[in-house]
Amino acid sequence: MATSVRATSDGRPPSSRPAPSTSDKSGSRPPGWRTKLFRFDTKASPYAYVAPFFILFAAFGLFPLIYTGWLSLHQVELGTHAKWVGFDNYTGLWDNEFFWKALRNTFTLGVLSTVPQLLMALGLAHLLNYKLRGRGFFRVAVLAPYATSVAAATLVFIQMFNPDYGMINQLFGHIGLGHVDWESSKWPAQIAISTIVTWRWTGYNALIYLAAMQAVPADLYEAAALDGASRWRQFVSVTIPSIRPTILFTIIVSTIGATQLFGEPLMFGGGVGVTGGTDHQYQTLSLYMYDKGWNTGELGQASAVAWVMLLILLLIGAVNLLIVRSNRRKLGA
Amino acid sequence: MAQLTQATQSAGPRHSSAAPARPRRVKAGGAGKQQHAGPIAYVLLIIAAAISLFPLYWTVVAASHTDTDITQPPTPLLPGSHLVQNIKVVWDEVDMTTALINSTVVAGCVALSTVLFATLAGFAFAKLQFRGRNILLMIVVATMTIPPQLSVIPLYQIVTNVGWVGHLQSVILPSLVAAFGVFFMRQFLSEALPIELVEAARVDGAHSLRILWHVVFPIARPAMAVLGMLVFVQAWNDFFWPLIALNQQNPTVQVALAGVGSGNHTIDHAAVVTAALVATLPLLLVFAFLGKHIVGGITAGAVKS
Repeated sequence: MATSVRATSDGRPPSSRPAPSTSDKSGSRPPGWRTKLFRFDTKASPYAYVAPFFILFAAFGLFPLIYTGWLSLHQVELGTHAKWVGFDNYTGLWDNEFFWKALRNTFTLGVLSTVPQLLMALGLAHLLNYKLRGRGFFRVAVLAPYATSVAAATLVFIQMFNPDYGMINQLFGHIGLGHVDWESSKWPAQIAISTIVTWRWTGYNALIYLAAMQAVPADLYEAAALDGASRWRQFVSVTIPSIRPTILFTIIVSTIGATQLFGEPLMFGGGVGVTGGTDHQYQTLSLYMYDKGWNTGELGQASAVAWVMLLILLLIGAVNLLIVRSNRRKLGA
Repeated sequence: MAQLTQATQSAGPRHSSAAPARPRRVKAGGAGKQQHAGPIAYVLLIIAAAISLFPLYWTVVAASHTDTDITQPPTPLLPGSHLVQNIKVVWDEVDMTTALINSTVVAGCVALSTVLFATLAGFAFAKLQFRGRNILLMIVVATMTIPPQLSVIPLYQIVTNVGWVGHLQSVILPSLVAAFGVFFMRQFLSEALPIELVEAARVDGAHSLRILWHVVFPIARPAMAVLGMLVFVQAWNDFFWPLIALNQQNPTVQVALAGVGSGNHTIDHAAVVTAALVATLPLLLVFAFLGKHIVGGITAGAVKS
């Protein structure tokens, strides 16, 4: 602490930082200016520390979010003046078959890419939780896909999923599954895209589950073992309930991720990625918004799509809250 | 957004209360409390590792073959000898040098500033008393659930109006801090930094910048390093906003890849995969050397958010 002792003699005024309104009114003179300054510093510094986050969030998150809502009520192209149209953009979406397609695709792609992913991650975490040789290797290996970008991963998977020469169809041929049209058929294309998402994120979620599993008290397992519970039984009755908050957390995060799925379908479609394939068969809401905003230049309509996404997120939040509530009630009972 | 906050909040305390027990138990695990993996577990793990690594391996394979090699069955499974030619094609057609430099600059700036701001805010939330602390922290958590899609349209208008389209600052500025980082540092510091240390320094008369420099930063350093790596990876791989704000004249690596993928450049499939390899290689090298720390960072920090 020698350095701090020196600090007393060094009376440099510490606050060139923004001062919140908590100006010190205690006593008109008794404390010296240095004491006052010190007290002010102690009070104000927390706000100074959190200020960058909130200022940046206000500027680049909150303000644009609200402004998007305002834009969604206008007809607006880039560089032109916005014209008030009320809820026309929203009713326009309601009547647009591609919007409904995008909504359905976002949902099906979301289910296809999160449900298997989280289930596999849970199993993988359980395996990684054993005492293992090469533990470090396995952990880094399953996380490796996380290091690849959406764009790079998709470019490689396109080659593997190519209907004519891709290795997946070759493999299918060998085991007698026949030729699958991964690009233009709706479900195969959606499965291929979900595979990319699943490949990139399973290991990451497995590590998150693993950390939660390692925090489960060992005596719970010992007690279960004494009661004669098999390993599977222990997994179902001890592990899963103990890490329920973490599972819930990953479900929320993955659902939010699925709602904004963009890069994989865009890249997967190549030249026709923006429309999500020639028949919009895998166009997601994000892609639809991008299509509206940057292909056709209707920023007002694109804003309306963005706000529909916000509504969906709020809905997910509400459902989630209900689940948490009912869980709590169960635990309380 | 309030609902989501509560949900994550209610998940939060349980983790943080459970977390301190973790290191202790891992040590105790050495005493044989963890079950040994059976042969089936090893087989399954090897399969999982193979599935995870194979596409990466095959990227190298495809990048070292000619276009005809990889577009005619059977697909090659062993590396070939065409890598240098493919790299040349990529460099001739795509401005990879600019892309790599731009990505390094963007990811570096974003990582540095996120680590700095996140440490400041994380320290305040973890160890300092101030009015509105809990509500502000809840807001931080809530902002994690807001996807970038909700703000890009006005951001794009702003960036266009100030003439920043195609300039790196348009990508760097909105990412200068991330809620995830704030939360990560808060979790770390609330466990790692004894409040007595801060109080002692204050009794000694140290002002807050001094406390920050001599007490907080030294203790936070390992977590700052891990957060820096995580943010660097994220920023390097960021796709949506850079695609909108930048263009093919001044791309990041991901924007260049998007151009390659949508057929902006006339290059063959082998070269496309080579471009993907070039884009991923820097991060794979980071992973090869620092993967263990990144794994530690994800298991230590992300879980609690």
